[in-house]
Amino acid sequence: MSAVTESLRVASPGNAFSRSVRDSLVVAKRNLIRMVRIPEVVIFGLIQPIMFVVLFSYVFGGSLDVGGSTSPQVYREFLMAGIFAQTVTFATAGAGAGIAEDMHKGLIDRFRSLPMARGAVLTGRTLADLVQTALTLLVLAVVALLVGWRTHTSVGEVLGAFGLLLLTGYAFTWIGAVIGLSVRTPEAATSGGLVWLFPVTFVSNAFVDSSNMTPWLQHIADWNPFSATVQACRELFGNPGVSTSDAWPMQHPVWASVIYSVLIIAIFRTLAVRKYRSAAA
Amino acid sequence: MPGAIHAEGLVKTFGDVKALDGVDLDVPEGTVLGLLGPNGAGKTTTVRCLTTLLRPDSGRAVVAGIDVLKHPDAVRRSIGLSGQFAAVDEYLTGRENLQMVGQLYQMKAKTARARADELLEQFHLADAADRTAKTYSGGMRRRLDLAAALVVSPPVMFMDEPTTGLDPRNRQQLWDVIKNLVSGGTTLLLTTQYLEEADHLAHDIAVVDQGRVIARGTSDQLKARTGGERVEVVVHERERIRTAAALLDKYSLRGPGQGDTSVEEHMRKITTPVTGGAKLLAEIIRELDTDGIEIDDIGLRRPTLDDVFLSLTGHAAESAQPAAEEAAK
Repeated sequence: MSAVTESLRVASPGNAFSRSVRDSLVVAKRNLIRMVRIPEVVIFGLIQPIMFVVLFSYVFGGSLDVGGSTSPQVYREFLMAGIFAQTVTFATAGAGAGIAEDMHKGLIDRFRSLPMARGAVLTGRTLADLVQTALTLLVLAVVALLVGWRTHTSVGEVLGAFGLLLLTGYAFTWIGAVIGLSVRTPEAATSGGLVWLFPVTFVSNAFVDSSNMTPWLQHIADWNPFSATVQACRELFGNPGVSTSDAWPMQHPVWASVIYSVLIIAIFRTLAVRKYRSAAA
Repeated sequence: MPGAIHAEGLVKTFGDVKALDGVDLDVPEGTVLGLLGPNGAGKTTTVRCLTTLLRPDSGRAVVAGIDVLKHPDAVRRSIGLSGQFAAVDEYLTGRENLQMVGQLYQMKAKTARARADELLEQFHLADAADRTAKTYSGGMRRRLDLAAALVVSPPVMFMDEPTTGLDPRNRQQLWDVIKNLVSGGTTLLLTTQYLEEADHLAHDIAVVDQGRVIARGTSDQLKARTGGERVEVVVHERERIRTAAALLDKYSLRGPGQGDTSVEEHMRKITTPVTGGAKLLAEIIRELDTDGIEIDDIGLRRPTLDDVFLSLTGHAAESAQPAAEEAAK
């Protein structure tokens, strides 16, 4: 059958890794174009964290005790690492909803019928979400500076903190990918992607000093992967309220944050790709 | 030599529902097979198994000479799939959609772009090339979806209910596109709920019901099995219906007095199976006129999918197991 051999030649697979990178970038580009054409999604994604910055700064600032101080300025500096970290994890919902929508509209079927790298649809999506997360962080940092947040360390350390935030956000979008591939509708992916994030981000050191919690709750908060990123950022920003708990992740927050993120990516990427391969819209 | 699409004993179960119960198919190279059946019959599941989207529980399939279960990636390079829903990204333009698909078929960006332009021209979408697919009509989206399936001119194509949801004009337009494609030598497996569509496009038809192929043949062969055409007359005055029925009965398939002709008094309708087509119809009209029987309506009815179904399975097409399709989702 000559037609067959010809089509095989047209699409020689090449090196599996470079093919995977290339396909992922093609899909990422597609998702970025969508982002530009549906700016509402980005804008609404910004409103919530900005609201949190303003509300928490002015409502809680002055009444919450951070490291023995109740000064509003101290709380504001304390708060920002928490808000930044919470914001990057909320990208989970966007990734989940986007993938669920692609399933719903039959696009995942189309992609799966193409001779493309297996994980590329998901990697492309999570990479595009990473770009969105970076943009969101940038805007948020400006707002934070406006309400009085300051860093007290070197540029390298501050950039390092933002790097950790992006890594954490990227890891969480893989959880979103699994959720998006597991539910039947985009709506379910949005709520399913958010609901569990509230306990995860609140039972942590993000908004309050965890040493004020009851011991068992503090224990959970100290080992919460999310807390590790917050603690690492506070340390790298030179902001107040760094936990003195002797839990390992609180003592080595940068390492803990990296290890947790890599673990989350390894586990959830594997699960997501497996689900994608057998996905049925 | 097996055909361009060959399946043997495909079985797929979803929970308690046997979506495929041993499907055998063979589509010779360069021909079109119409897979005809109601919702839930197993058409989509068959297509999904053959296009590597779904792994059958048992059975084997060869597409374009390649074993589907052993080398799914090689199969993907040789097929085009146009699914039940127009699978295009509505926030991308027509050109961007096609270019993306081309690149995912491992074309270089430039080649993919050139091919996209070619297809946009061919599918009469050139004017809308730079508009997002969101602004497209249903027919345009379908054409774009079909174009996406044709990016690499695959030797084997699958189309799952390509015209469902289209108005008659767009359906006709899409039929022309498909006919054109097939005349170029592409092997095509097409699923449809409409006998008329299978009639227009397919060389052979396989009727599917409850996960099995229950009949196959050309459209003429299937219609013959169904009992062919019928004349339906609605008379104006109910009092004359018996006279009219006796007149029609003379032309019935098995001749007068054999009980072929049925009468629905309250509808003033008479139905009788015939052969002879339009010529016969003209003769019947003349005779009714001579006898002074006024008629409200008269027509030659050809078998519909429902008729084919009724005669093959003993049950109507629509009601057949929608649960199976649901389970497949």
